[in-house]
Amino acid sequence: MHKDQREKVVKMRGLKKSFDENHVLMGVDLDLYKGENLVVLGKSGSGKSVLIKIMVGLLEQDEGSIEILGQNTSGLSLKELNKLRLKVGFSFQHSALYDSMTVKENLVFPLTRNVKGLTKKEIDKKVDELLEAVGLPQSANQMPSELSGGQKKRIGVARTLILNPEIMLYDEPTAGLDPITCVEINNLIVQVREQFNTSSIVITHDLTCAKTTGDRMAVLLDGQFKAVGPFEEVFTQASDQRIKSFYDYNFIK
Amino acid sequence: MSIISNDNKPVISKKIDRFFIGLASAFAFVKRFFQEVFKPPFEFKEIIRQCYEIGYRSLPLISLTGFIVGIVFTNQSRPSLSEFGATSWLPALISIAVVRAMGPLVTALIAAGKVGSGIGAEIASMKVTEQIDAMEVSAINPFKFLVVTRTVATTLMIPVLVMYTDFVALIGSFLSVNSKELVSLSTFFVQVFEAISFLDVFSSIIKSLVFGFTIGIVGCYKGYNSSKGTEGVGKAANASVVMAMFLIFIEELLSLQIVNAIRNA
Repeated sequence: MHKDQREKVVKMRGLKKSFDENHVLMGVDLDLYKGENLVVLGKSGSGKSVLIKIMVGLLEQDEGSIEILGQNTSGLSLKELNKLRLKVGFSFQHSALYDSMTVKENLVFPLTRNVKGLTKKEIDKKVDELLEAVGLPQSANQMPSELSGGQKKRIGVARTLILNPEIMLYDEPTAGLDPITCVEINNLIVQVREQFNTSSIVITHDLTCAKTTGDRMAVLLDGQFKAVGPFEEVFTQASDQRIKSFYDYNFIK
Repeated sequence: MSIISNDNKPVISKKIDRFFIGLASAFAFVKRFFQEVFKPPFEFKEIIRQCYEIGYRSLPLISLTGFIVGIVFTNQSRPSLSEFGATSWLPALISIAVVRAMGPLVTALIAAGKVGSGIGAEIASMKVTEQIDAMEVSAINPFKFLVVTRTVATTLMIPVLVMYTDFVALIGSFLSVNSKELVSLSTFFVQVFEAISFLDVFSSIIKSLVFGFTIGIVGCYKGYNSSKGTEGVGKAANASVVMAMFLIFIEELLSLQIVNAIRNA
């Protein structure tokens, strides 16, 4: 009841997506509320990443609709889609930093191409603030190849935040990282929400990440959300045995 | 009418269908290049960076190759000409061969191997590591930033490299001629410039522009359309070289026919 009164920043209805005979999403409904961190859980290949790639127009749904910040994404022109993309930050699984650019250039690149009339001083200030926010103030002149996996993720998040998005999408933020770095990244996701007032969708199969970062969980199985709700509720009241076993495997009961 | 029927059965055969689909996709790629190249914003900084990478960084290899070509071609031609007592024609023969065909062809083939494969591998690896997707979600046009800049750079730089190769090859040829026939540098170059016409130089530049465009667009196309995974990067690099070389030979043949037709008109 309380949730329904909050502003919905993302509204998905009846989303379907197939790759040839592989039906990945089969009628997905999902809402993201303003200021909320929603975690989408599911096995590898269950369509979690496909879901957020459809949101930013990297893939196209076969059926269904997505409304982001009150705007229906279907039938948008490239110009309109790009305008919407500026409000939605996407943090990639492998960070996707531009190899040929320094950390600073990675951050400046999207900024200068989308925000006109900034002075060098303003750009430098913005870059410094963001590097400070992600805990890497000394890395501006480093190349991506000189960074560790965790540092790359942080820079990837900083690059996304430079355009002041209202919604953050994290694709497997802790994949391939050691447990200590995972905790750091989880804390960063929570910090980003507090500091930058974002709403987020976190795609993961890591339950520790889910528990730390998420207000609500949405478990994707067989192309549909089988359970949506707070962490405890989803895993203690799960009727589907697969959701219980997902919990058991993650925490080695 | 769609090339593929709705029930996914091949129209002719799978291989032939795939060939025509590939051809259509390549034409669409070239068409998009011409649509984007004249549209602002223009990525001048990136074009200059690419010109430096493609032009300046190719100089050592091009210099060595051009120089050797000049020496070898002169030494190979001398015995035949000396049989007729016509070794004094060597500068004229070499200049015509270098300016009309060997300079553009050798430069384009070397650039296809060095630059084309580099472009193909770089763009394919950016695709694999989602860097192209990262540009798209940041509302940046990756086609403009990656494809247009690189293709413009190769189109501009290959003619410059060709002229440089011509010069280095002629220097190599002069050293070879000078060692046996004791011809001075000025005499050598007077004979060189007497032998070549405006049409030779003009057609060589136009041909080089086409070769440059081919190397750039093929490398970008193969990289941009590579299959995902690291295997795709290697395949894209390889296919960039093979396809560019093949097209360069076809273009060389066509340009020869056109220039000969003009010359005989």
